[in-house]
Amino acid sequence: MMLEREVAKRVFAQEYNASNLTFKESDDQYSPLYLLTSTGAKCNRVFITGTLTEKEDIGATAEHWRARIADPTGVFTIYAGQYQPEAAQMLSAIEPPQFVAVVGKTNTYDTGEGIITSIRPESIQMIDVETRDRWILETAKHTLERIAALGSDNADAIKAREHYSPDLERYKQMVLQALKSIGKRQISEKKTEEGKAEKVEFEVMDLSKS
Amino acid sequence: MIKDIAEQLRSRFSEMGLDIPLEDIESRLEELINKFRVPVDEAKRSVVSQYLKESNIPRSEFYGEDASLVKVGDISSEGRWISLKAKVVQLWSSESDSIAQAGLIGDETGAIKFVNWAKSARPLVEEGKSYVFKNVVTDSWQGRFQVNFNKNTDIQEIEEDIEVGSSAEEVAGAIVDIQSGSGLIKRCESCNRVLIKGSCGEHGKVEGKYDLRVKAVIDDGKIVRDAILNREITEKSTGITLDMAREMAEEALDPSKVIDAITEQLMGRYFNVKGPRIGRYILVEEMEKVHPVSDEEIQGTIATAEGL
Repeated sequence: MMLEREVAKRVFAQEYNASNLTFKESDDQYSPLYLLTSTGAKCNRVFITGTLTEKEDIGATAEHWRARIADPTGVFTIYAGQYQPEAAQMLSAIEPPQFVAVVGKTNTYDTGEGIITSIRPESIQMIDVETRDRWILETAKHTLERIAALGSDNADAIKAREHYSPDLERYKQMVLQALKSIGKRQISEKKTEEGKAEKVEFEVMDLSKS
Repeated sequence: MIKDIAEQLRSRFSEMGLDIPLEDIESRLEELINKFRVPVDEAKRSVVSQYLKESNIPRSEFYGEDASLVKVGDISSEGRWISLKAKVVQLWSSESDSIAQAGLIGDETGAIKFVNWAKSARPLVEEGKSYVFKNVVTDSWQGRFQVNFNKNTDIQEIEEDIEVGSSAEEVAGAIVDIQSGSGLIKRCESCNRVLIKGSCGEHGKVEGKYDLRVKAVIDDGKIVRDAILNREITEKSTGITLDMAREMAEEALDPSKVIDAITEQLMGRYFNVKGPRIGRYILVEEMEKVHPVSDEEIQGTIATAEGL
C-alpha cells in the first residue's frame, strides 16, 4: 500500500509554536511523523502564508537558510538547506519583507528544556495579499472547526485534550484577532485611496470587535 | 479425487486433438498436490498450462469462452479474469521499458488504470477510441485496482463511442505542488504518447508535436487531489500560451524555464477546479481563481467564532 500524500494542514503560527506532541502511527520506518497541535490538527505537512520578515544564511559551509514568516498571530521559523534545494534557492532570491506561501513538513527539535517547532519547506513562493487573506480566512475556519470538535470522540481531539488541556477561549481570541486583521488592512488601504467615505466602514468594522 | 480431475482434463485435451495419457496427467497432479502441497485449483491450472505450452496452444482455446464481461465499477477484487467494454480515456507516458502502454480506460460506471506489459506483446490502443478488452486480469497496485493485459488478452476496436461516467468533483484549494512532467512537452504524432528525450516508446525517434500541460496538486486542508490541466486550461490559468512556452524554452535553451513560469503563476494560490474525478485525479475542465475575501465572509466567520 503506497503512502497517500499527506494533506497540508492549516494552522496559525501561535498554535503551531505551542505544539510539542509528536508521534507515529506505526513502527514502520517510512511511517510519517505527526505533530499534534493544541486544537487537534494532526500535521505532517502544512501550508502557511505570511510575511517573510527576516532571512539569514546560517550555514557554515553550504547555504542553510533560516527565515521568519509572520502571520497575524505569531511567527513561523523555517529552515532550508541542501535537502530543500528549491526552497533554499528561492529564499536566497527573495528580499524581505514579502508575502510568501510555504508548503513544508513539520519539524521539531528538543532542546532538553522544551520542543521547538519549525518547518522544512518543500516550496516557497511569492504571493499577493489576496492569497494571504484567503489563507487567514481558511485557517480561521479550520481552527474553529477543530475547536468545535475538541469535545468529540475523534481520536485526535481526545489526544489533544488529554495532552494540552487547551484554553479554548485563548484560541478563539487568536482566531478573532487574525480575522480582524484582514478587515483592518482592507479599510486602511481604502482610506488612503478614497478618504472620507470609509470612516463609516471603519466604525462598522469596529463594532465587530466588541 | 486426483483421478477424476485427471480424467476431466484428459477428455478436454482430447477434444482439442491432444492425446495425453491419463497416467501422465495423474502423476503430474499427484506430485503437485501431494508432494508439493499445491492447492487443487492451482495444480490443475499449472498442469494445463504446461501441456498448452508444450503444444503451443493459446490458453483461451482450452478454456473456451472468454472471461465474462463486467463493468469497471464492479471490479472489487484482484486476480480475476474479466472482459471489459471500455474507452481509452487517457494514455500516460510509460515509466519503464517493461510497460508498453498504461493509462485509463472507462465505461459508464467509471474508469480504471490499465497496464499493457511489453512482454505480453498486445497491440497498442489509442486515446479516445473504444474497445472490447477480452481476458484481462484485475490487480491492485498502491491500494487501487487496475487491469493488466496479458498474452491471452484480445483487443477489438468497436464503433460504439462509450460514454465514460465518473463523478465530477469540485475542489477549492491551494496549489501545493507542480509535479515533474508539467510544462512544455512533446507528443508522438501517431500515438499521442509523451516523448522521452525525443523518443516515443512505440515509434522510436520522431519529430513530435508540442503540447502544454500541468500536473498540479490541489489541497484544501482536508483532501488532496492531483489535478491534470490540459493545454487549454493551462493557457487560461497561467496566461502562458503554447507559443509563448515554446519561445521561452527556445530562448533559454531550457524547457524547465516553462515549469518555473507556470509554478510562479499557480503555486501557493487558491483555485476552484472542476472536472471528472478518476481515482485521485481530477481531469480539470473548469478552473478559476478563488475570489478575494469579502467582508461578508469575514463577518460570517467572526460571528461563528463568537458563537462558539
